[in-house]
Amino acid sequence: MLKIKGLTVETAGKKVLENVDLEIPEGEVHVLFGPNGSGKTSLIMSILGFPNYRVVSGEILFKGVNITSMPIDERVELGIGVAFQNPPAIRGVKLGDILNRLTEGEVDAWKLAESVNLPTEFLRRDLNLGFSGGELKRSEILQVLAQEPGLAIFDEPDSGVDVENLEIVGKAINSFLDGRSGLLITHLGHILRYIEADEAHVLINGSIACSGKPIKILSQIMKEGYRWCERCPEARKPR
Amino acid sequence: MPRSKEAALRAKERSSKLGPDLDVESFSRDARPWAPCPISGLPEDILRQALSVGVRVDEGKRAGTYFQMDHSVVFQGVQRALEGKTEIMSTQEALQKYGWVGDYWWKIIDVNQDKYTTLAELKWDQGYFIRIFEGQKVDLPLQACLFISKDNLNQNVHNLIVAEPNSEVQIITGCTIHPDVKRGLHVGITEFFVKEGAKLTFTMVHNWAQDFDVRPRTAALLEDNATFVNNYVCLKPVKSLQMYPVAYCKGDNSRARFNAIFYGAGNSYLDIGSKVILQGAGSRGEVIARALASDSAQIYARGLLVGEHEDSKAHLECRGLLLSDDASIHAIPELVARVKGTELSHEAAVGKIAGDQIRYLMARGFSEEEAQSLIVRGFMDASILGLPDALESEIKKIIDITAKRIL
Ligand SMILES: Nc1ncnc2c1ncn2[C@@H]1O[C@H](COP(=O)(O)OP(=O)(O)O)[C@@H](O)[C@H]1O
Ligand SMILES: [Mg+2]
Repeated sequence: MLKIKGLTVETAGKKVLENVDLEIPEGEVHVLFGPNGSGKTSLIMSILGFPNYRVVSGEILFKGVNITSMPIDERVELGIGVAFQNPPAIRGVKLGDILNRLTEGEVDAWKLAESVNLPTEFLRRDLNLGFSGGELKRSEILQVLAQEPGLAIFDEPDSGVDVENLEIVGKAINSFLDGRSGLLITHLGHILRYIEADEAHVLINGSIACSGKPIKILSQIMKEGYRWCERCPEARKPR
Repeated sequence: MPRSKEAALRAKERSSKLGPDLDVESFSRDARPWAPCPISGLPEDILRQALSVGVRVDEGKRAGTYFQMDHSVVFQGVQRALEGKTEIMSTQEALQKYGWVGDYWWKIIDVNQDKYTTLAELKWDQGYFIRIFEGQKVDLPLQACLFISKDNLNQNVHNLIVAEPNSEVQIITGCTIHPDVKRGLHVGITEFFVKEGAKLTFTMVHNWAQDFDVRPRTAALLEDNATFVNNYVCLKPVKSLQMYPVAYCKGDNSRARFNAIFYGAGNSYLDIGSKVILQGAGSRGEVIARALASDSAQIYARGLLVGEHEDSKAHLECRGLLLSDDASIHAIPELVARVKGTELSHEAAVGKIAGDQIRYLMARGFSEEEAQSLIVRGFMDASILGLPDALESEIKKIIDITAKRIL
């Protein structure tokens, strides 16, 4: 589904990803761990093709197509959907209008909103304007559910979400990902209680430090923090 | 009114402090008279143009209508069921019919303000009088259309609106010209009196031409518990348009709100502001402006809040969106606190379409052009006008047509 080979990326004159290899086979759900500032969001922006993230070397293949220099909207058209960590607010553009466009009126946006516990009054509100942290997450997840991408990427869908909603959105994401491919970024791993994932990777300083079973990696991180990864004997050495 | 005519003469040469100075003598005063007729009987091209500023022919949509062509009143009246609740007629007729109307004439606008106010006094061409009777609530909007059909014409209207105590009404006014009109000058004096407990929502839509000049002069006086909402929408190019309407929140707990959405294209020069003077205890004001500039348009977006009572509060929000490198937007918010305790605040932001917003929408599958158009359309969000659903969707349609054309 997604195959990233030797990806090095710069933003604002700074190297944020170095020689990243990552493969998500069709139908699998992967998890990406990593401390703050390790480059997780930068990796997503690069997969999407945000022009301020410049690919220095390497390539990104999606469904066998080399998308490394494709415009954002064409990548999305191919089937990539992202729930952003920090989406911008857009005045006057209503969440409901975006949802109607994404579902082409075929899915009931109101029902979808209920599934992530976002009160339907939000559909009439300006996109992300004045949303609380948790509301932002739920609105982002809702938009991805409406988009129905082949590969759904969630950038820290659990940060800022209260316990009650964590279960709701975790379950919503999990049932959505059934039979799809996904990439889930989480800093603290809370949401993994509700999501079945096949493989996990740890990003440290812009490089994948190790990969393995999600439960195993999470429990190590819980026990020893991210420093463990730096010392990990199984860690992949950069080529 | 010989006294005000004499007084007017003193300001005949006085330029306005704002906006380009105009030679008012360079416009023609000769207009052929139009015979009264039902508005549905007006030529098709005129009705199409009127519709573009929210003026409807279908009677079921409006409680009453005033339609002025050039210097002639072609139609005035309210639906039969509303007689005795509201009335609409030319100001000339109103001055003859009711002695008290004269008491409101030039009461809150100084006839000597500048050469345009004096012009409106010396060469006065009708205008509408709207009255909503005490305690009456009119559900459908009343409408007025001020139309110019002849090139190079000068039209000077003086309007008067009286919302009697505890009345409630929506008024929509469209000012526009025939597509063949290139040049001209429209001067519009409008005095609003919003009495105790009354609620008046006034929405004005302008549609002019690239060589046309416009000088509205507007003031509103609010009594106790009165609410005045003034909406302004201008989406077509104009040579110059300068106005700075004012609301005097004189009454206790009076509330004034100005919302404006304006778009300067071509070489348009727009100098548009709103003032709220807070004089009553518990008075509140709000000014919201959305200015868009493309091509080489120049926009001045002003706002002035004056707090004269300790218990008063107002906020001003001005946002400008630049769509071209040659255009400019100057946001000029001013706050004047004359007493302790008054709470005045403002926020102003001017800039181009934010790249992160475009990229974000592209990540939802919109093309770059679609993303820009969504953002522009959102920027001109009709819901800031606080209109009832039906009227809001009418205005939204008018805005959408423009938004589609912009990009
Ligand atoms: N647009 C940007 N401009 C400047 N620095 C950036 C930008 N985006 C990311 N960075 C920097 O790149 C590093 C990685 O950031 P990010 O990908 O957001 O990390 P994470 O999502 O893992 O917390 C950080 O040091 C961050 O400050
Ligand atoms: Mg991040």
